[in-house]
Amino acid sequence: MEAASDPPGGGPRPNLTRVRTPRSVGESAIKVLLFVAALISVATTVGIVVSLAAETIEFFSQVGIFEYLLGTKWTPLAGGDQKSFGVLPLISGTLYLTALGLIVAVPLGLGSAVYLAEYASPRARRVIKPVLELLAGIPTIVLGYFALTFITPVLLQGILGIEVQIFNALSAGLALGVLILPVVATLADDSLRAVPASLREGAFGLGASKPQVVLRVVFPAALSGIVAGLVLAASRAIGETVVVLVAGGASANLGIDPRESFQNMAAFIAQTARGDIAAQSVEFLTIFAVGTTLFVMTLILNAISIRFVRRFQQVYE
Amino acid sequence: MKQVTERPESSSEGRSAESAAGAGPVPAGTQTGNGRTTGPGTDPAAAGGGTAKPSLDTPPVFEIENLNVRYGDKLAVHDVSFGIEERRITALIGASGCGKSTFIRSLNRMNDLIPSATVDGSVRYHGQDLYASEVDAVLVRKRIGMVFQKPNPFPKSIYDNIAFGPRVLGMDGDMDEIVERALRRGALWDEVKDRLKTNAFGMSGGQQQRLCIARALATDPDVILMDEPASALDPISTGRIEDLMFELKERVSIVIVTHNMQQAARVSDMTAFFTVVVDEASGHRHGEVVEYDETEKVFTNPSDERTEAYVTGRVG
Ligand SMILES: Nc1ncnc2c1ncn2[C@@H]1O[C@H](COP(=O)(O)OP(=O)(O)OP(=O)(O)O)[C@@H](O)[C@H]1O
Ligand SMILES: [Mg+2]
Repeated sequence: MEAASDPPGGGPRPNLTRVRTPRSVGESAIKVLLFVAALISVATTVGIVVSLAAETIEFFSQVGIFEYLLGTKWTPLAGGDQKSFGVLPLISGTLYLTALGLIVAVPLGLGSAVYLAEYASPRARRVIKPVLELLAGIPTIVLGYFALTFITPVLLQGILGIEVQIFNALSAGLALGVLILPVVATLADDSLRAVPASLREGAFGLGASKPQVVLRVVFPAALSGIVAGLVLAASRAIGETVVVLVAGGASANLGIDPRESFQNMAAFIAQTARGDIAAQSVEFLTIFAVGTTLFVMTLILNAISIRFVRRFQQVYE
Repeated sequence: MKQVTERPESSSEGRSAESAAGAGPVPAGTQTGNGRTTGPGTDPAAAGGGTAKPSLDTPPVFEIENLNVRYGDKLAVHDVSFGIEERRITALIGASGCGKSTFIRSLNRMNDLIPSATVDGSVRYHGQDLYASEVDAVLVRKRIGMVFQKPNPFPKSIYDNIAFGPRVLGMDGDMDEIVERALRRGALWDEVKDRLKTNAFGMSGGQQQRLCIARALATDPDVILMDEPASALDPISTGRIEDLMFELKERVSIVIVTHNMQQAARVSDMTAFFTVVVDEASGHRHGEVVEYDETEKVFTNPSDERTEAYVTGRVG
């Protein structure tokens, strides 16, 4: 501590010139590697968008954009004059199935999150939380077949006595709900628990009861995180392929009868790509057009959610 | 040292909001002379039991007897007995960890929120045992408000912060009026009247703390508990809060925890000094009340040498 006790300016002039050491070389190398990693991610994204765009433009050179966007009949694989490229049934089917999934997952997910975050004993929490995480790990193909072989015949047709088709929106929607339930529940739970204890104490200190504290203070304070979770869950449901392919069926349906078969965009793509179609044919190009549509929809959803979260972001500190 | 003038027994209006469950206070006066001197022994220096002395001519709002608070099986506050007087400012002082927060939180059952906390002994509020099995902690907190160390406004507008208490209480009347009155009593009205609908987080720390006080006042509580309300504030904001406390004293009883000796000496009528006592047999540490008396006496002529060491800054 000699130098520290020297009067200011009295000591020897410190040497501050940069020197190249093995450490500084290593640091530069790491920086370059990290940059390359970032570059690869960006390049991949750009590559995907460009290839999507190219094929989509090609598609629209053969099919009118209004015919595509406003048409109500989606039979691109049919022959002759049965062929029709109206994407609305596919879009509405996607939204419809997503809505069914959300109807299942939102109350259940938010309910379990509020229970976990506000009411559960530490012991109950230690059991329930891992189970939810386990649910999140179930492969979607398993869920799809669960819907097809259990939900439809046993639950819907057997126990509830609903006359559903083998492939139907109700079954697929329930399975989608199960699929996104853990996303809703865990993200909402995290946001609720992130609300500072001081806010809860403040509310209790004013004579609020537990439900009042939860509903009027904690829940609104956690709202932006909860909504972000809901949007994430919705985008998963919108893009979900396998469950819909296996349990929802293959007809692009513009109706709203949940007992009927419905298809969404992702399932259409998977089904068509699997099929026997010639490259660069118009059938082949529909895959890209539908892919772009799905991409744009997800993008819009994310943009809305970002705006929402910014707008309602509540800073606690 | 600022001398606080005696106040006549008056202005009991403003506490008219009788709690819906009929947990209203026993009329003041019937308690006089009762429960003022509690605790074993009258020798203030006697370690162990807390001490209480009759001093001012007001009835007690709280009578605390043989209060123990534990976290799990760890004793945090041991055998506290004294009476807190109505419409006075009572300061709780003592070194960190001696259980001041634990004690003050047992006066409105905030400790209920900590699962491991248990309380025995009795806390009587206007003669009613707060820990009796039929007492609803929510109703207790409606009458006994609390202000915390760190300002904790809700992430809502200034207006909604104030209106929160009256709304959960189901208070009827013109909410705009209730909000204005609370903000005026919190000495905040002039500063915020043009931005009632803006988020409370846009206020300065001192304003936020006065908002929290105003928020607690909006429901017309009978007692306000303040746990280091000014420790995060600059001297000017602190001064404003102290002025506010003097004004509030006309109608409410105030209990304040503070680490600031000058503040305790300036604002309070009565002072309780807490200290940590180490149990020789087990080595456990817990908090006790060593001395409780008029503030002037505690600061100028304390009976216990530990009090003297603390208030003069010679803490061992
Ligand atoms: N939630 C809790 N769980 C377990 N022990 C606790 C809890 N809160 C406080 N304690 C313990 O109780 C004792 C008293 O704490 P308390 O917070 O009441 O002290 P304090 O006098 O308010 O201190 P400070 O002046 O630092 O605020 C301490 O030993 C503390 O560790
Ligand atoms: Mg404390």
